[in-house]
Amino acid sequence: MAYSEKVIDHYQNPKNVGTLDKAKNNVGTGLVGAPECGDVMRLQIEVDEATGIIKDAKFKTFGCGSAIASSSLATEWLKGKSVDEAVKIDNMTIVEELNLPPVKIHCSVLAEDAIKAAINDYRKKNGLEELQFDESVVH
Amino acid sequence: MLNLPVYLDHNATTPCDPRVVEAMIPFFTQNFGNAASRNHPFGWQAEEGVEQAREQVAKLIGADPKEIIFTSGATEGDNLGIKGVFDMYASKGNHIITCNIEHKAVLDTCKHIEREGGEVTYLDVKPNGLIDLQELEAAIKPTTILIAIMYANNEIGTIMPVREISAIARKHGVLFFTDGVQAVGKIAVDVNKDGIDLMAFTAHKMYGPKGVGALYVRRKNPRVKVTAQIDGGGHERGMRSGTLNVPGIVGFGKACEICMQEMESDTARIIKLRDKLENALLQVDESYLNGDKEQRLPHVTNISFKYVEGEGLLMGFNKNIALSSGSACTSASLEPSYVLKALGLGDDLAHSSLRFGLGRYTTEEQIDFTVEQVTGTVNKLREMSPLWEMFKEGIDLNTVQWAHH
Repeated sequence: MAYSEKVIDHYQNPKNVGTLDKAKNNVGTGLVGAPECGDVMRLQIEVDEATGIIKDAKFKTFGCGSAIASSSLATEWLKGKSVDEAVKIDNMTIVEELNLPPVKIHCSVLAEDAIKAAINDYRKKNGLEELQFDESVVH
Repeated sequence: MLNLPVYLDHNATTPCDPRVVEAMIPFFTQNFGNAASRNHPFGWQAEEGVEQAREQVAKLIGADPKEIIFTSGATEGDNLGIKGVFDMYASKGNHIITCNIEHKAVLDTCKHIEREGGEVTYLDVKPNGLIDLQELEAAIKPTTILIAIMYANNEIGTIMPVREISAIARKHGVLFFTDGVQAVGKIAVDVNKDGIDLMAFTAHKMYGPKGVGALYVRRKNPRVKVTAQIDGGGHERGMRSGTLNVPGIVGFGKACEICMQEMESDTARIIKLRDKLENALLQVDESYLNGDKEQRLPHVTNISFKYVEGEGLLMGFNKNIALSSGSACTSASLEPSYVLKALGLGDDLAHSSLRFGLGRYTTEEQIDFTVEQVTGTVNKLREMSPLWEMFKEGIDLNTVQWAHH
């Protein structure tokens, strides 16, 4: 299977690989996927408490090139967005941006789920109600 | 000098040896006759080419030329061997014993036989990839007509205890079929010494062309017969109708002749390279060899690099190095390699595996390059892997509640 240039670029030069201090109150962590499925994504956001803007985002991903690219792209998009805006990131925009083929759509779904999980973790830590999401498209 | 890209997927297919191509060429143009045309020189030349090839093929496996049935490849040979015995010996019984790491050409054929009213026992393999001989013997019953166990496995390269299996088959009056695709041409296979009754193999795994293979069918002690699965002009002693692929067969013969002459020297060279590759890669932290280290083909090694995913790993170097992974992502199916899972590997290790298959033209420079690339990519991806980080923090991944997809 040939990868798109954007996937290859993210794979070769991933953006925002790393770990934020999950003990901090303004850091939300989302860990989704499972080793036996061949994909595990951990996505973290650090929120500026004064403005509600995501000032940093980091990821680590175990998975194929498309999974790595999806999470790398997601962290880029998260930075600078408010938490409320971030919730709206849709997996299909990731699919379009990276030209993912149908068999790789689940990688984008995983990235969307990771974003939502990170936001909910942040909300929970800050005494906010967790958001309810519809079931993902592909499970 | 380093030749790129590096081809290390010789279990999938091999390049044609130029000497094979040279032998084939006249049979496309001048000697293009139908080997079944008995009344003119074109047919005679074609037939002569086929019969010479039949001798070359037979010689490589210690068989009589009359015991070689040409096919389109090993998938057809597996089908003809197993279904042909099932149909021919229906009055004796309907039970077949095989194992769960066979190639799909055998497993799917067995599934078909089950739908036809046959009974199939799928033996498990031990963690080293070999079957348990006591389990095999215990599985035999009065209705058993065939044991179908591969000679060597395509993913991990392990070699089954063929002589012990055939001894058990003989003792119980059961026929023994083996899928010899990965073994023939790579290691010494002798149908008499090994006690094989039927064996499928193919040209393109031994530097011959694609689209041609053979089924060995024993003619003496015992005389084995198979029911044809393709009806037509009664070619190949009625067992496989269809105009013979003369250039392919000639190339197959030449490929066998070259293997016969060069197998020993090729193996001595390749095994050194394989061991160099394997030893270097097993130096990587948390890397594991899959399958038995001793009972193994000389050109294969299958290694899992824990905490990195196989397809992601391949992407780090697949412009320059061709190899395959047991990870699900590389294939259409969602499950990782059923062979690795049958060894008892967790899905995580199965997803993290790479299969290296060396060949006749693999060079030491290519091996050095591969070690450097694979090691570098494993390290790079581990820096990106949440599982590696958790492992390093001492977290037992089995205790983590994963959000299953």
